[in-house]
Amino acid sequence: MKRDAFNGALVAPVRRPPGASESGAASRVAAADLPLLFELRTVRVRLGPVHALQDVTLQVRHGERVALVGANGCGKSTLLRLLNGLLQPAAGHIARDAAARQALLFQRPHMLRTSARNNIALGLWLGGLRWPDARVRADAALARVGMTDLAGRNARTLSGGQQQRLALARAWSVQPDVLLLDEPTASLDPHAKREVEALIEEFANGSEAMTLVFASHNLGQVKRLASRVIYLEQGHVLADLPVHDFFSGPLLQQQYPEAHLFVKGELV
Amino acid sequence: MSTFSESAATALALIASFDPGLWTVVGRSLAVSATACVIACGLGLGLGAWLAVARFAGRDAVLTVLNTLLALPSVVVGLLVYLLLSRTGPLGFLGWMFSFKAMVLAQVVLVVPVVTALTRQTVEDAERAHGEQLRSLGAGTGLRGLLLAWDERYALLTVLIASFGRAISEVGAVMIVGGNIDGFTRVMTTAIALETSKGDLPLALALGLILLVVVLLLNALISGVRHWRERLDGGVVAPAAVLAA
Repeated sequence: MKRDAFNGALVAPVRRPPGASESGAASRVAAADLPLLFELRTVRVRLGPVHALQDVTLQVRHGERVALVGANGCGKSTLLRLLNGLLQPAAGHIARDAAARQALLFQRPHMLRTSARNNIALGLWLGGLRWPDARVRADAALARVGMTDLAGRNARTLSGGQQQRLALARAWSVQPDVLLLDEPTASLDPHAKREVEALIEEFANGSEAMTLVFASHNLGQVKRLASRVIYLEQGHVLADLPVHDFFSGPLLQQQYPEAHLFVKGELV
Repeated sequence: MSTFSESAATALALIASFDPGLWTVVGRSLAVSATACVIACGLGLGLGAWLAVARFAGRDAVLTVLNTLLALPSVVVGLLVYLLLSRTGPLGFLGWMFSFKAMVLAQVVLVVPVVTALTRQTVEDAERAHGEQLRSLGAGTGLRGLLLAWDERYALLTVLIASFGRAISEVGAVMIVGGNIDGFTRVMTTAIALETSKGDLPLALALGLILLVVVLLLNALISGVRHWRERLDGGVVAPAAVLAA
């Protein structure tokens, strides 16, 4: 296994899928100008006896908003963990922009039995910040997600939506270049879902301009948040298209019938 | 039956009269076991937390040995510590044989596996559920173990009860290395064994009752603290994260 950082300028341009629409092609060309964040070449990941990812080759560039879709067990979470460095490939090559900071958000974030403020400060302290400074920045993060009044509350007593917003604040506090999100709204009620999604959108579009890579079963959310969609099936990347081409036009049906069936099934 | 009721009445009278001989033995017993538990918890909590998150070759073998040590007979521990501390043993130079320190050492050896194994199990469950989150925040193995142990601190209070219960109720090890010397190394369990063999049932029964009450009170106290804090903290442990893919 080889693992190294890269210089974005050295990487080959992104392959354009045959028959891609003009708008999709235009966004691809624009994206190709952006520096690389991740590059995977024929990566395989095994989780015990299971081949969780097989021969995955893809690139993610700064500023992209990539959605990972597919059925349960297709490898979305594994891919996110691989990008975050929690998992190592059994074979293949993965390169990350060494200067880019990452934050990973889980479907059910774990909060320690302490205050909301301390939960954020702990992440910063683990990153090397002094505890008093970490607490100051934690307050800023709580303000960013509108939770200042809950700073002293025990994080375990917060609702699911509040905990996910707290997790977003914890992620925001490290000022990441890329936000990896594993079905961040899957276990939330519609109101909390909207709040969390709005925050994610702000982080991507606002002054933070974070790159997003997120797994989701919610295709409406994918349409709203993503600029590019990667469809996975049984550990393989079957389709990798601009969001417009994924949801509209004949390309998906012609080139990627499995993905088309998936989308059709989800939308019906 | 009359012997029992008479003995019980005399035992209660002994307790109520604050018999100095009785309460000296009780105090020594509590001191030995509490000291042993503090030392054993210091060692076992750290070791258990580390074992819960560390992955290394031979870990399964280590865990098998650790679980086997849970059932270590106290007389065997007493014998081993006796051999270590005897005049010709490797630690004979310490001169601890038949002393308070020897009894503490024996109970530490007895209790460390209990603390380590129970801590390892508790922290490993937490690691399975939440370890990835802490890893993604940058927590290394040792720090992750300590953070998870701290997060499970109320669950680990049970470990404290179990270790103290194991220490204060054992008789074989302290009998061998302490010698049951009156006014010096006699503790509740060795006194109960001696007084029963002598036929002094009231004193044995009084000590037995106190032993039960001590463990009961400790259990109730820790259970109360745990429930109170869990209510305060929303302490129900969150279900393990379901990995969707």
